[in-house]
Amino acid sequence: MSMNTLLEVSGVSVSFDGFKAINNLSFQIAPAELRAVIGPNGAGKTTFMDIVTGKTKPDEGRVLWGEKSISLLSMNEAAIARAGVGRKFQKPTVFEDQTVSENLMMALSADRGWWSVLWFRPKAENRDRVAELAEEVGLLDQLPRLAGELSHGQKQWLEIGMLLAQEPRLLLVDEPAAGMTPEEREHTTDLLVEVAKTRAVVVVEHDMEFVRRLNCKVTVLHEGSVLAEGGLDHVTADPQVIDVYLGR
Amino acid sequence: MSRSFIAKNPSVLVFLAGLALFTLLVTVFSEGFGVGGLSTSFVKTLGKTLCLCLVAIAMDLIWGYCGILSLGHFAFFGLGGYMVGMWLMYARTEIIVEGALAQGAIPPTSQEVIDGIGTQIFGVVGSSEFPSIWAFSDSLILQLMMVVLVPGLLALIFGWLAFRSRVTGVYLSILTQAMTLALALYLFQNDSGLRGNNGLSGLQNLPGVSASQDVVSIWFLWASAFALGAGYVLAAFVVSGKFGSVIRGIRDNEARVRFLGYPVESFKLMLFTLTAMIAAIAGALYYPQAGIINPAEIAPIASIYLAVWVAIGGRGRLYGAVLGAAFVSLVSTWFTGGQAPDINLGFYTIQWVDWWQVILGLSFVFVTLYAPKGIGGLFDLIKTGEKS
Repeated sequence: MSMNTLLEVSGVSVSFDGFKAINNLSFQIAPAELRAVIGPNGAGKTTFMDIVTGKTKPDEGRVLWGEKSISLLSMNEAAIARAGVGRKFQKPTVFEDQTVSENLMMALSADRGWWSVLWFRPKAENRDRVAELAEEVGLLDQLPRLAGELSHGQKQWLEIGMLLAQEPRLLLVDEPAAGMTPEEREHTTDLLVEVAKTRAVVVVEHDMEFVRRLNCKVTVLHEGSVLAEGGLDHVTADPQVIDVYLGR
Repeated sequence: MSRSFIAKNPSVLVFLAGLALFTLLVTVFSEGFGVGGLSTSFVKTLGKTLCLCLVAIAMDLIWGYCGILSLGHFAFFGLGGYMVGMWLMYARTEIIVEGALAQGAIPPTSQEVIDGIGTQIFGVVGSSEFPSIWAFSDSLILQLMMVVLVPGLLALIFGWLAFRSRVTGVYLSILTQAMTLALALYLFQNDSGLRGNNGLSGLQNLPGVSASQDVVSIWFLWASAFALGAGYVLAAFVVSGKFGSVIRGIRDNEARVRFLGYPVESFKLMLFTLTAMIAAIAGALYYPQAGIINPAEIAPIASIYLAVWVAIGGRGRLYGAVLGAAFVSLVSTWFTGGQAPDINLGFYTIQWVDWWQVILGLSFVFVTLYAPKGIGGLFDLIKTGEKS
């Protein structure tokens, strides 16, 4: 694995009841790179994320992480998250029963063992960091509110904020712009582009307009493997891509 | 830590003050220490109720806050009672046997004393040998340690097996029911070493204490009140900070907490074990006031009642659990104790001993459907009333 690769997925396959959800998939991303993953429904986008985050174990293939090329396949979800992989779900999943500030505080990078969590009491620097994150995602004045009271777009941002609070090296973001207003989308794009300057960000998205604005390398998935990879103009010109995805 | 945590939870101080006032009033009106007015048996009922409130707090922590509907916490409660009961029975029988043997011409050997105690305790199940689980029963200190260690270890092993395999929801509830049922069935056997269905009895008599039950009942009331207060503060501390956030997160979306990097299983295991220990301490204080413990106490239904108390009181808030346990168990005592007058309708006589169960069942259904916040939810109404 080259020095310039943070995550390397190679030759991965997984099938559910005989259906091959992922078929000999290979994928690489650099430590500071923005990547969009597109593909029709059932192309294996979510399963791909499930494999990287440890939710699903592949039947074959390798998933290597970091400079030391550690295999993620032997680790559970929590350990992978602690290693630096953050995930944002398609449907906003924040803890609705708790305040915005509690949500961010829980996500804040710190020792995750139960003993230190039990004795954890927020210091000034923790509170400053929470405020900073809230400002970054535009929720500074919402800190004391319950997350359940936020609008759909605000919940999406809170979840992005929580993702950033974890200080991951790789962010897997599933359809961040779903259900957002045009202004909210623009804000989200800016945020992702900014974050990708220092980290690896993989955005799974349906909306081509949104992908165009991200202005990054695109990977097209189809039937569980990579169909095409390159700039958006390059892949949209690919006859195979047009055939299976854009043509419809 | 303590200042900010108490400041954030004013209900803790209110609760402690209320508990202290209650204890003081009962003491003042008791036969043993005060002017009289409350019978000793009623004082014992109140003391037992405090223990039930404590086990309800444990249930609220594991179910109301962490979403694990354990229907087996009364097993830990009962085990705590058995552990303290072993010492009480041994030490008291020892005094009686020594007294009886001292009448003889030759002083008894220690083996004769032990044989005598064995015959006294295990004669009822046709044995006189001490089973190995009674090895520490002559030591109060060791037996008190076993009050928390034995149920804690059981919870640790059970929880490790269940949580590691990611058993959740209704499947876990069934598993905990199976655990308490298996333990009860085991203890029902005569060769279980804990006197089968006879259980341990005479626990109200403290060895070497000549004070009357009027006085002893107040001692136990104080001890129960202290344990409840300490348990409340501990529980409030546990749920106040980030730990509370994480366990509530586990309740609402376990997978999400895992993707934040938290080892969900170890949080559950720790909380399951801690609450088992709290339940055991509550049981260890309850049974000396009840006087007797037998395997029927940890039948599956007991743990289900515990869940009903917490649901009616309002889960996810500590005072709700306390209110629910106190209210339902006291009302239950009133109805099933024969104090409630039967109602004769002419064609049918309503006997509350039977019908109370129906009322309890209906109120559980009602609370679940129409008032999920339970009795504790009434406090929210007051709060919102103040705001507007």
